[in-house]
Amino acid sequence: MTQTTYAGLLDLAAGAFLLTAVLIVWRRELRAIVRLLAWQGMALAAIPLVEGIYQGDRAIVTVGVIVLVLKALVLPILLGRVVGTEDQERRESTPLVNTTASLLITAGLTVMAYAVTRPIIALDPTEATRAVPAAFAVILIAVFVMVSRRRALSQAVGFLMLDNGIAATGFLITAGVPLIVELGASLDALFAVLVLGVLTGRMRRAFGDTDLDQLRELRD
Amino acid sequence: MSALSVVAAALQVVGVLAVAPLVVGGMRQVRARLEGRAGGGIGQPWRDLRKQLRKQQITPTGTTLVFALAPAVLAGSTLLIAAIVPIIALGSPLDPVADLFGVVGLLFLGTVALTLAGLDTGTAFGGMGSSREITIAALVEPTILLAVFALSVPGHSANLAAIVSGTARNPGQVLTPGSLLALVALVIVIIAEAGRLPVDNPTTHLELTMIHEAMVLEYAGPKLALVEWASAMRLTVMLALIANLFLPWGIAGAHPTVFAVLLGIVAVTVKVVALASLLAAGEVFIAKLRLFRVPELLAGSFLLALLAVTASYFLAAAPV
Repeated sequence: MTQTTYAGLLDLAAGAFLLTAVLIVWRRELRAIVRLLAWQGMALAAIPLVEGIYQGDRAIVTVGVIVLVLKALVLPILLGRVVGTEDQERRESTPLVNTTASLLITAGLTVMAYAVTRPIIALDPTEATRAVPAAFAVILIAVFVMVSRRRALSQAVGFLMLDNGIAATGFLITAGVPLIVELGASLDALFAVLVLGVLTGRMRRAFGDTDLDQLRELRD
Repeated sequence: MSALSVVAAALQVVGVLAVAPLVVGGMRQVRARLEGRAGGGIGQPWRDLRKQLRKQQITPTGTTLVFALAPAVLAGSTLLIAAIVPIIALGSPLDPVADLFGVVGLLFLGTVALTLAGLDTGTAFGGMGSSREITIAALVEPTILLAVFALSVPGHSANLAAIVSGTARNPGQVLTPGSLLALVALVIVIIAEAGRLPVDNPTTHLELTMIHEAMVLEYAGPKLALVEWASAMRLTVMLALIANLFLPWGIAGAHPTVFAVLLGIVAVTVKVVALASLLAAGEVFIAKLRLFRVPELLAGSFLLALLAVTASYFLAAAPV
């Protein structure tokens, strides 16, 4: 793999990664959001795979394969099973901030990510670190999704996006964390989703809805 | 600039004039066939134009010069764009004095002329159509400018010929994130600007949903023919422009030979036919968006254009 192809593929992966985050903000259909999360997992896995193949480092490729299986297959399938079959559960109820404003806020967050990460890039300007702003923007967008959505499932998607963003930043800055650390973090995310899945199911059975705003009335 | 590039630019103007109604007719025909109808044939828009051009000129009472001049301004600005942009050959005589920003400006000159004409009639529909059109235009304009900015970053120039020849020299440039995002953003805003689905339905006359049709409701006869002809030309020019910005193969160079010009004509015909069929086929599967959802779509495309600028500025163009 030549350096130009490497840089091109890495840019493409980072661009797709950011694009899926933006589309998750845009869409309201819960199934579509879960599908986009799977695409994002694929873009995330592409980063260590491209880096590993370019550097000839087998450990990074292994991490990439693990990330691919977990983030692009297992987690989206688990989340997809949580999506309700009833009509009112299929769509995100009106977000706290309307879609147009959310998209403009996302634009602002992206620009902010570029501004904030400039010193980090200046430390070691390589092809990989130059894509860091995209990963950092995903972190900011994920936090925004978590605070602005009402459904339990979309908040879980926001949480997973946050995890994806942090993982991508790690891959781009350090060319991969040690295998054992990556395994631990991935396992953590897996358990979190399992617990969230069970919790959402319980919530639906108890209250018939997963709109978290309606739980404000709960008292001991 | 050689004599042949002047000929090529003239060919572009004449070609757009002659072919634009056929493009619209072809799109309607594709759509009709996919919906299981026989369709009116590719030549139907031309027959409509001929019929309307023969009719008597009618001017609504109370309208002013604005109403009378708007079709001419719309058609004139579109023809000027057709002379500037590289459709068949690169070295148009007008190319040095107008860049992509100039083209966007001319595009909006036509939009504003038609909007003012809609207001000038003083009818409820005209005003409503104008208000909707200007709402959409206000959201479309920044997006186009940003997308254009993203495209001009790799070539370090907003000159159309420079962008197109840069892409032709270095085809890998199209596959960068910046360029792909700019393509998606441009396609969305061009659909909005040309008044196609899902932003506006070009076939409807239902007053609650129409945008473009509401503005031109008071036109009749030759003026209506001119407005419809100009709309068809705008669509054709924009399709050709987007085809050449992202797939510049086959276009003749700045100093073309006769053979290169002929090849350019064939190439652009193939590209426009493919794009128009794709657009028409896509329209079969989508419904018109509610008017209140349109700003969402356009804000989304604005965001994509912004991402395109950041991507092409920070990722690709940074010196290694």
